[in-house]
Amino acid sequence: MSAFSVEDVSIAFGGLKALQNISFAVEPGEIFAIIGPNGAGKTTLFNVVSGLYRPTQGRFFVNGADVTGLPPHALAARGLSRTFQNLQVFTRMSAIDNIMVGRHLHERHGVLPHLFALPAVRRQNRATRAKAMELLALVGMMDFAERQADGLAYGQLKRLEIARALATEPKVLLLDEPAAGCNAVETRDIDNVIQKVAASGVSVVLVEHDMRLVMKISHRIHVLDGGRTLAEGTSDAIRNDPAVIAAYLGGAVRGGDAHASG
Amino acid sequence: MVAALQTRAGVMLLAVIILLLPLVLPSPFYFRIATLVFIFALAVLGLNLLMGFAGQVSLGHAGFFGIGAYAVAVGPTHWGIPSWAALILGAVAAGLLAFLVGRPILRLRGHYLAVATLGMGLLIAMVLTNEAQLTGGPDGMPVPRLDLFGWRVRGAMPWYWVSGVTLAIAAWLAANLLDSPTGRALRAIHDSETAASVLGIDLARYKLTAFVLSAVYGAIAGAYLALFDGLVTPATAGFLRSIEFVSMAVLGGLGSILGSVVGATLLVVLPQALTVFHDYEHIVLGLIMIVFMVFLRAGIVPSLAALAVRRKP
Ligand SMILES: Nc1ncnc2c1ncn2[C@@H]1O[C@H](COP(=O)(O)OP(=O)(O)OP(=O)(O)O)[C@@H](O)[C@H]1O
Ligand SMILES: [Mg+2]
Repeated sequence: MSAFSVEDVSIAFGGLKALQNISFAVEPGEIFAIIGPNGAGKTTLFNVVSGLYRPTQGRFFVNGADVTGLPPHALAARGLSRTFQNLQVFTRMSAIDNIMVGRHLHERHGVLPHLFALPAVRRQNRATRAKAMELLALVGMMDFAERQADGLAYGQLKRLEIARALATEPKVLLLDEPAAGCNAVETRDIDNVIQKVAASGVSVVLVEHDMRLVMKISHRIHVLDGGRTLAEGTSDAIRNDPAVIAAYLGGAVRGGDAHASG
Repeated sequence: MVAALQTRAGVMLLAVIILLLPLVLPSPFYFRIATLVFIFALAVLGLNLLMGFAGQVSLGHAGFFGIGAYAVAVGPTHWGIPSWAALILGAVAAGLLAFLVGRPILRLRGHYLAVATLGMGLLIAMVLTNEAQLTGGPDGMPVPRLDLFGWRVRGAMPWYWVSGVTLAIAAWLAANLLDSPTGRALRAIHDSETAASVLGIDLARYKLTAFVLSAVYGAIAGAYLALFDGLVTPATAGFLRSIEFVSMAVLGGLGSILGSVVGATLLVVLPQALTVFHDYEHIVLGLIMIVFMVFLRAGIVPSLAALAVRRKP
C-alpha cells in the first residue's frame, strides 16, 4: 500500500483550471519530486493535499485511508506535514519555539494543567524542548535557538520550516522549494536532511526548481505543466522525455542547472 | 525559554510591587486608586490573552465585565445567593456565554470579528438595561457588600489585598499558560494561522479557549468592581468600557502581562491626575495616548524592553 496517493485531483479558480486529473502514488521512504515551470500548479497541489484548498474533484489517501476534505489540523494528525514556498514562520517566536509548536500533536492538552503548570506539564515542556533542540541541530541551527525568527536569514528560515515540519513526525513530508534562496552549502545540508528523513521511512514529496538537487536525490519525478501531468518516471527517463524537454525549452533539465524557468 | 523567563520575571516584579506598594501609599484615597488599577488590570490581562496572545480582537469585552458585575448585584439581592457564590456563578455564566457566542463569531477575522464582538457587547448591555425589575434599568442598583464567612470586605485596604492577590495569581496563571502547549498554539495562531493549522493546531478550539478564559477574567474583574463600588450601572458593561479595555491593552503592550498592568495604571491614574486641566482634561489625555502610541509603537512595556535590550553593549 502506498504511503500517500492522489487520485484524479482537479481544482479550478474561477475559469482557471489549476490542476486537471492529477494522480500519483508515493511509497514509504521514497523521495518523489514534482517539477514543472512557474504556474504549473505545484504549490496548488500542496495546498489541496494539506487541506487549505478543496479539490473540485478527486480524492487523496494516507496509508490507504481516504483523507479528502479533512481540515488541515486533522490531516496533520494523519501524518501529513509541509513547508511553504513563501515561508510561513512564526516571526514573533524564537527559532526553538517555532519548532516546539511543531510538537503540538505529540503533547498532552488540557487548559487547566497548563494554567497551573503542573509538574507533568513542566516535564513535557522539557521533553518538547529537548526534541526541538535535536531538530535544530539536524538542520545546523543550534546556535540560533533563542533568536527571534524575524531576525533570521532566508536560508535559515527555510531550514527552520523543515525542522518544524519534521517535529510533527510525519509519514508524508511535503517540501515546497526547500532549497530556494539557499547557498551551495545550505543546499547540501538540506539534501542530506531529506535523504536522512527518507531513509527513516518517511515519504518525501519534493517540489524544487534546483534540477541538480532533484535529479540527484529523487527516486521518481512527476512533471506538471499548466495543471496537467506531463510525465512521470525516474530521473533518467524524465531527463530524456521529449515532452519534458520541450516544456523546459530544452535547457534546464538536461543541463541540470539551477532554475527551470523564471 | 528567554521569553518565558522574561514573563516570569515580570510576574515576580508585579507581586513584589503589590506587596511593597502599601508602604508608600499615603492615604486611603491612593489605596482606592491602586485597587481600581488592579481590577482593571485583571480585565485587561484577560483581554490580552485573546488579543495579545491569540491575536483576536474583542470590542465587546465590557459585556463579560458587566455579567460579573450584575451577578454579584442581582444574585444576593434577588435570590439570596451569597456574594462569593454569585461571583463564581457570574464567571461561569460569562465563560459559558463566551463558549456559545465564540463558536460562530471566532470564524470571523479582523474588522469583521471586531464588529461581531461589538454587537455582542451592545446586546449584553441592552439586556442588562432592559431587565429593569432585576437590574434597576438605566439607574443601576446597589450591590451588597462582600461577606467572606463573617469577614465583611469593605473599604480601600481589604480590597487592595483582595484585588492585588487576585491579580498576582491571574498573572501567574497567564504566564504559565504562555509557557505551555496552549500558549504556544495561541502565539502560533497569531503569527500564521496557515502554519499553525498544518502543524495540527485546531484553530477554532484554541481561539475559543482564549475567548472563554478572557471572558472569565473579565467577569471576575467586573464582580470585584461592583463589590468594591457598592453600585452597578449599565455603563459598567457599556461600549466605552470595552474601548477602555482595548486602549489599556494596546497602550501597555499586547502580549505583555506586565503591559496589561501598566496600561491599566496609565488610564486609571491619568484621568485623576489630569483633573487639574479641568475642561481640557480629555484633550490632554487624548494627546498623551497619541504620543505614547507614536513613540512606543509596540506598547509601553514591549517597546521599553526592546530599547533596554538595544542599549546593552
Ligand atoms: N488561490 C488562488 N486563486 C486563484 N488562482 C490561484 C490561486 N492559487 C494559485 N492560483 C493559480 O494557479 C496556478 C498555479 O499556481 P501555483 O502557485 O500552484 O504554481 P507553482 O507550480 O507552484 O509555480 P511556482 O514554481 O512559481 O511556485 C497559477 O496560475 C496561479 O496563479
Ligand atoms: Mg509554487
